[in-house]
Amino acid sequence: MSIFDFFRKKEKKENLWTKCEECKNILLAQELETNFYVCPKCGHHHQMNPYLWANMILDYNYTVLFEYIKPTDFLSFKDTKKYKDRLKMLKESSNTSEAITIFDGKLSDYPIILSVMDFSFIGGSMGSVVGERFKLASLKAVQDRKPHISVITSGGARMQESVISLMQMAKTSIAVDIMHKNSVPFITVLTNPTTGGVSASFAFLGDIIIAEPKAIIGFAGARVIEQTIKQQLPEDFQTSEFLLKKGMIDMVVHRHLMKQTLKNILSLLFYKNA
Amino acid sequence: MTIKDIQELKTKIDQLKILYKQGKTDVEKELRAFQRELKQISKEFCKNLSPWDRVSIARHNERPQTLDYIKALFKDFVELHGDRCYGDDPAIISGFAKFYNKSVCVIGHQKGRDTKDKIYRNFGMAHPEGYRKAQRIMKLAEKFQIPIITFVDTAGAYPGIGAEERGQAQAIATSIELMGSLKTHIITVIIGEGGSGGALALAVADRILMLENAWYSVISPEGCAAILYKDQSKVQEATKSLKITAQDLYELGVIDCIIPEPYCGAHLSHRLTFLNVKFFLRKALNEILQYNIEEIVRKRQERYLNIGFYEDA
Repeated sequence: MSIFDFFRKKEKKENLWTKCEECKNILLAQELETNFYVCPKCGHHHQMNPYLWANMILDYNYTVLFEYIKPTDFLSFKDTKKYKDRLKMLKESSNTSEAITIFDGKLSDYPIILSVMDFSFIGGSMGSVVGERFKLASLKAVQDRKPHISVITSGGARMQESVISLMQMAKTSIAVDIMHKNSVPFITVLTNPTTGGVSASFAFLGDIIIAEPKAIIGFAGARVIEQTIKQQLPEDFQTSEFLLKKGMIDMVVHRHLMKQTLKNILSLLFYKNA
Repeated sequence: MTIKDIQELKTKIDQLKILYKQGKTDVEKELRAFQRELKQISKEFCKNLSPWDRVSIARHNERPQTLDYIKALFKDFVELHGDRCYGDDPAIISGFAKFYNKSVCVIGHQKGRDTKDKIYRNFGMAHPEGYRKAQRIMKLAEKFQIPIITFVDTAGAYPGIGAEERGQAQAIATSIELMGSLKTHIITVIIGEGGSGGALALAVADRILMLENAWYSVISPEGCAAILYKDQSKVQEATKSLKITAQDLYELGVIDCIIPEPYCGAHLSHRLTFLNVKFFLRKALNEILQYNIEEIVRKRQERYLNIGFYEDA
């Protein structure tokens, strides 16, 4: 899909007004978009489409990689709906072809591989395609000796692919290990929400782990924990700020400062003489 | 006919056996008849086991657990404790032992059998310190070139406040990454429940063996029913959809070998289960020890890097 298709699709369902998920204020849709989906009133970071992430972080010319890897319903899985039908529906309505999109481009002239997840595609869940694209992106980063930056949002493993989605945790972790062993920087940006199988694999294996403000990040869902321990959870539980305090991430960075921060890290760690 | 009936029959036989051993030879006829009946009904029962039946068998309280296997299959076991950072997690057992006179590293989830023990072991649901302890012991095994055998039996990693605070996700992720590149031979035996990431954190291996009635899945059947079907009563349907039995996983290429269970349930004869596991474990170990370390690590990584079903036209 080209970027033009993406905007054409978007135009169709565009509404003039939108509402902030957090403060419930009515906002101009365009105003929210130009502000990179950060609410101008309360600063809440809304989920952002992979192509918008690429537009925000990357320089003008970038390419989209591995779009030819597409999902298939190999188990004939059926819950309330058939997985096959879900995929078919998403193919028509979604801006992205899977829950991860891989970009090859430059961040302020530094060549990088950027992978961005999309929560609107079955909860950003990791199935075979996410695993394969992530692996190929990582191997390409190693081959071209470029840093790999991964912007993550995911509910976890894709249950419709059952145990094969569990195996993607091993697949992506080993792919990260190959980057580690080859001294290729792997930087993860955790956005709201990052939980389950993705957090328990490549998300927390970053050399440097950055989170957006007030993102929910953790292994188990808050509801599951509440049901298990039958206690009220602390208010900031599993937020970025909570994880920073507990020593689990390196920093919390506002979306508007993300590009600058990433550039800084890249120049300190990898592009040292540039 | 249910699992309970088979269990009752088995108890009756055991009682008669004791009587017989005490010299009451007149029960012999009755004993023989019962044994014939057990064989017959377990054979029929095994034929039509639903995936959900297998889940119940995998969760049976009398099913052999990691410590039972350690006692029965290994010699000179030395248990090692603690992650050197925070604490010791009794939900994961780790240490070194002899298997057929060779040193091996043994790591496994331990659920516990009576109530007190279960609480002490947190029902086999590990905290981050458990996985970090496992990583520490695995690195020791790597350093001294000792093959690792892991026993998987957990409903999942523990979902709690402390576990999240101390980085459950990070502990599991680093465990998986470590096992993926560890320079020693690794075998995993899934003996009971293989619940999601908590199981995978000890199950990245060169050979994965699985008991006939064990289950291994990305989510528990209950979790799947609640999230996807939004209806707890659909748990049997969810179990079927998830394809979590040993046979399904063998067909998907996720495991390498199914270890048969006696009388369709390992809890019905620990002795026979141990014999089977010992046999297949030895076979698998001999198989992988033929490869040198570079080869085995490369093969392991290739295996995991190639798992997945997708269209790429």
